[in-house]
This record gives sequence, structure tokens and C-alpha cells, in this order.
Amino acid sequence: HIATSLPLPSERDHLRPRIDLIVFMIDIKSKCSLKNVEASLAYVDARFFLGKVYFLVTGVGRVNCCSIEINAISKLEEAYCSPVLFCELELEGVRVATAQRLLRMLQICAGLVPGFSALSFSLLMRNSADD
Amino acid sequence: ESGDPQRTALLLRKAWTLYSVTPLYRFCRGRLRDYARLLSAFIAAERQKGLAVEVGVELDIRVTLSSLPELQGSEQDQPAVLVQLSSRSRASPKNSEDKILWSGCFCCVYGDDLSENMPEDFTCLPLFLANGAEGYMSVVGNWFQKTFDCIFRRLAISPFNLSWMVAMWAGCKVDKAASAVELVFSVPRLPQPLDISYAIHPEDARALWDTIQKTPGEITQEEVDVFMDCLYSHFHRHFKIRLSATKLVKVSTAIASAHCDGIVKMLHSQYLSGVLMLLTELAISQIQ
Repeated sequence: HIATSLPLPSERDHLRPRIDLIVFMIDIKSKCSLKNVEASLAYVDARFFLGKVYFLVTGVGRVNCCSIEINAISKLEEAYCSPVLFCELELEGVRVATAQRLLRMLQICAGLVPGFSALSFSLLMRNSADD
Repeated sequence: ESGDPQRTALLLRKAWTLYSVTPLYRFCRGRLRDYARLLSAFIAAERQKGLAVEVGVELDIRVTLSSLPELQGSEQDQPAVLVQLSSRSRASPKNSEDKILWSGCFCCVYGDDLSENMPEDFTCLPLFLANGAEGYMSVVGNWFQKTFDCIFRRLAISPFNLSWMVAMWAGCKVDKAASAVELVFSVPRLPQPLDISYAIHPEDARALWDTIQKTPGEITQEEVDVFMDCLYSHFHRHFKIRLSATKLVKVSTAIASAHCDGIVKMLHSQYLSGVLMLLTELAISQIQ
């Protein structure tokens, strides 16, 4: 499911399946997208931040088109205890690889991979990024 | 900044294309005349091969290299080096003035980050400004790269850095009637390209910046963000367009103007050093 912002419209609440993973997409070329994500985070229940929220930063292929400071993204990562992934949507290989990663992460968050919980996996992601 | 203002005036009011340059190996300041001769010979050879510009025009190209000690920030900075290609047409009379075809300037203003741990044989002049035909830039650039084992790269300016520039420069005090603060945005993903030009009265821009800046002489990322957000929300209130979703491509103030392709024009001699310091920083981050 894709939404341009949160909260999701309440009329469809009863039809919606359980949400296992939320990926916030931030376009590094658009300050507006960062503001949108920051506003939408307020509508997410606290339980999701135990491994079911990720940030995906796109457009990182062109450093010279940056409208957002990388520090702002690091601050989000720290404040919400949620890992950040980077990708460039315009490169097919990277796009496909990122999609596969997200799918794998979704399987873990939905509890379909034995031995991995959403929380343990997200801690693994964040610790390896710090190294 | 003391020094002959005439000499640095040649940097003002020209459109300069920016490059970053890696440190030059075994560049000797005492040999500027020799280098000018060698470069001149190289240009002549390239023209014989038919590679340089102005084919078929009878031109004698004269090369001069000079030091510009006025363009320096700290003691560690290397004085700037000016390269000029001038011509005198063989047809014109002997005492007519040379016409400057192309100018290039290597400089370093507060480049301590780069020059700090540099070995002795290297000269740090990370910022290069070029004005004139691209053909000459290509020839001159090749000669420097071959002779001093360095690399020239075009220096682009991101929207993020452009917003720092407009916030800093809009806050500067200018005596005479200043020109408007202008921001140009390019709207992505449209079938026809669309540019939005947003002009603000310089007094209004300065007044806005004065209410935001807390410590004079110091600028923080938060202050730049608040400044830009104010401009964006004002625009949104009137036109219902979110400028923060577009790409900032050019900024213009009375101090200087800058385009994201890495082209700047410096307009005010008092702030010349400040602008060059910022550009030096950008050049250094591209090198490192």
C-alpha cells in the first residue's frame, strides 16, 4: 500500500489488513518530502518504532542535487530509533535490489522468518551501520 | 583586506565557471615567466594541430601568469595565481591594447583544512575560476594537469549550498541601492520545463534575516532553514505552490549570484573574500 502522507483515511480502516512495516520515503532533492515525513511520523503508534519503521532515502546518486542535509536524516534515525536505507531509484539494479531487501524485511516484520523478530533485526541493522 | 583594489576588481562582475583542483606537484612560484612561455608554446602547438578555438583567425596569443597576493585568507593560504590569455590581431596597429581572450584564477581563501597536512612539494590552490571560451579552458587545463599532475573537475553547487549562500548574502549590509534578492527554481518532471523566479526586496530580505540570526557573525543550519521556510510559506500563501518540492537552481543578491551548474558572479568588492572563502570550502569538499 502506498500513501502520500499520514494519517490514512479512516473510512477504509475496517478493510485494511494488519500493517507489518512502514517505510517512509524521503527524496533528498525535495525538502518538502522531509517535512511531509516529519509531519506524518506524529500519526504512527509508538509500537511500530520497535523495528517496524524504516526510512528510505532516494535520489542519492546525484550529490549535487541535494536539498536536504544528511545530518537532518541522522537526527531522524536517532530520534525514532529506526534505520535508514539509501537508494537511487533511477538505477534499475539498485531499485530491484532495494525492493528485494524491503520484501525480506517485510517477511521478518510479519513474523514469517523463524529466529528473527522485527526488533532484533532492526537492532542488527542499526548496529552494523555504526561500525 | 588591504592591497590594490584594482587588481582584485578584475574578478568582479564577470561570470566565472568553477572548478576544483587537486594540489599541484612541484609548482614553483618563482618560475611563473617560464610557465607562461611553456604554456604559450603548448597552445601554439595545439593550434597547429587544429585543436584550439578560433581556427583561421590570425591571432598572436600571449600568455601571462601572475601572483595575486591580495586573494588570500590566512597565513597558510597560497597567494592566488592569475592566468591570462590575451591577443593582438596581426592586422591592428602596434600600440593598440591587448584584448583579453580568457582568464583563469587559482585561489585558496582559508583553505587550512586542505593545506594542513600537505607534504612540501605540493601547492594547495583548490579553487579555480575560469572566464572565456571553453576551448581555451580545455587547452590550459590540459597543460596544468600534465605539468603539475593535478586534476580539474567542474564544481557544481547543490540546492542545499545555494540556500546557505542566499541566506548569508541577503543578510549582508550594502550601502548603495541594492538589487533584489532573487531565487530561481526549476520544477521537475513536467513535459515542458518550468522555471519559477521569486524576487524579494533587499530590505525585506535583510529585515527577515535580522529577526532570525541570533549571533552576529555566526550562522547555523537552523537559521538558514527558518529563513528559507519563511520564504517558501510566504510564496505558498500567495500562489499555493510548494517551492520546497522544486529544485533551487540559482540565487542572486547584491553581493553575488550563483548557479547550480557552478557559475558565480561576484558583485561587491567588500565581500569578495567572504564569497571566495565559501567557494574554497566547496572546492575542498569535492576534492576530499
